[in-house]
Amino acid sequence: MINFLENIGQSLKDWITVFVDITKLFFETVYWAVFGIFHHKPVNFKTVFEQMVYMGVQSVMIVFFVTFFTGVVIAMQLAPQFQKMGAVFYVSSMVSIAICRELGPVLTALVIAGRIGAAITAEVGSMKVNEQIEALETMGINPVRYLAVPKFLALLVMLPCLTVLGDASGMFGGYVVGTTSLHINPGMYIQTTFKFLSLKDIYTGVSKPFVFAAIISMVGIYQGFKTRGGAVGVGKATTTSVVTSFIFIIIADCVLTGIYFFVKF
Amino acid sequence: MQETNQKFISVRNLIKKFEGRIVLDNINFDIRQGEIFVIVGGSGSGKSTLLRTMTGAIKPDQGEVYYNGKDIHSLNEEEMDKFRKRFGMSFQNSALLDFLTVEENVSLPIYEHTRLDAKLIGIIAQMKLKLVGLHGFENFQVSQLSGGMRKRVGLARAIAMDPEIVFYDEPTAGLDPVVCAVVDQLILDLTKKLNLTSVVVTHNMESVFRIADRIAMLYKGKMLQVGTKDEIKNSKDPIIQQFIKGEIEGPIHLNEDVIKDSM
Repeated sequence: MINFLENIGQSLKDWITVFVDITKLFFETVYWAVFGIFHHKPVNFKTVFEQMVYMGVQSVMIVFFVTFFTGVVIAMQLAPQFQKMGAVFYVSSMVSIAICRELGPVLTALVIAGRIGAAITAEVGSMKVNEQIEALETMGINPVRYLAVPKFLALLVMLPCLTVLGDASGMFGGYVVGTTSLHINPGMYIQTTFKFLSLKDIYTGVSKPFVFAAIISMVGIYQGFKTRGGAVGVGKATTTSVVTSFIFIIIADCVLTGIYFFVKF
Repeated sequence: MQETNQKFISVRNLIKKFEGRIVLDNINFDIRQGEIFVIVGGSGSGKSTLLRTMTGAIKPDQGEVYYNGKDIHSLNEEEMDKFRKRFGMSFQNSALLDFLTVEENVSLPIYEHTRLDAKLIGIIAQMKLKLVGLHGFENFQVSQLSGGMRKRVGLARAIAMDPEIVFYDEPTAGLDPVVCAVVDQLILDLTKKLNLTSVVVTHNMESVFRIADRIAMLYKGKMLQVGTKDEIKNSKDPIIQQFIKGEIEGPIHLNEDVIKDSM
């Protein structure tokens, strides 16, 4: 029993340590992104744009597929309930609210954590085990400024963009089901969608990805910096990175939803 | 030779422990300006840790590393950054950034630490590449290069900022004998031409006797002897004799408590 409690205490302590370290890394990254220019070390926008293409543009298809089919599934799941009440056209508003407020931002973030978070950790982790991070430090180049800042900024711009795309493709998924198998008039479907979708649904949904982007990039880089022990170490770090990102994204989503729920804007 | 600084780098009473195990045990030696100082020792003897303590990458538990009378471990972050520009380091795995081209790798420290024009930085990088015999490879990706070429690009990067000291961590590890000789010759040439002080860590004895001005033998974290090539060759210490001759029989046993270099 004591062992069990010790284990719980230990893993809680580990998680708190990870959280504190990631928070420190976050502040250091923001510091270099904002004040780097005063140290004559401005942000390298060429690298930022390269990262934006890799993280954003090349993720468009996967985000589209995941959210489109989620929209299709939600519409199909909801339709029988609304059909019983004879209000099948409400499917459109339910799909749009579910997608814009919750599923669009969270699913996009999870997909990107899997694709980009893992890639960041694998890249930085390989650099760590191949002494490249140490080489940067030896050359007097701060690895946080050189590696973390461009990735952080690129994802901070691209994840909200991908989320908007995810919202649109999710609603499109619902539209396809609604207008074909549910025989809702396309004009009426769109009208009902926007009738119930408030501005708050949009901005609460679009504000979340900024937090998720910070989580994915910071967790990815933190796990990369912590990597030890060759190829096996890189593999382990990548897995830990994705799992940690997923957990932090879900917790952050819960906290943010709570804030939007209790605090009236 | 009379004007050379006899105590350009001084290591004093250096002790480093990892998880309670002593990796460096009271190390003392001096390095003279302009010489090639080679630290030799078997795997796990603590030589990489010693090198990293000398570059400031690892803090010792006790002791000091003086450069021209100043202890680097007492410097703050800003002073340390300034000091880092005075030395270059060539890594065991070359440690080139593989998302950059050869020229970008060499120009990286110049680009980061100076406000020179990009064209001028490019010219400097090309000059450094010429010094290591890699003129014409500027636009190659790191993955396109052989092991020996990577080492040479790493060397070009190490001398990019015109340092006073260059540290080499196993410069000839994993290279064929001919490329080994080429890299050794390069270390000799660069040291003389650029008036550098070179600190080399290796266990390749052929290489050691080719390049060293003085040799330090490290065994189980202790400094056994510091001396010239002849002094080491004629040493009475049976451990040194077994090591330089590469004999199986002798006081060094492989299964003994080998301290693993943790870095």
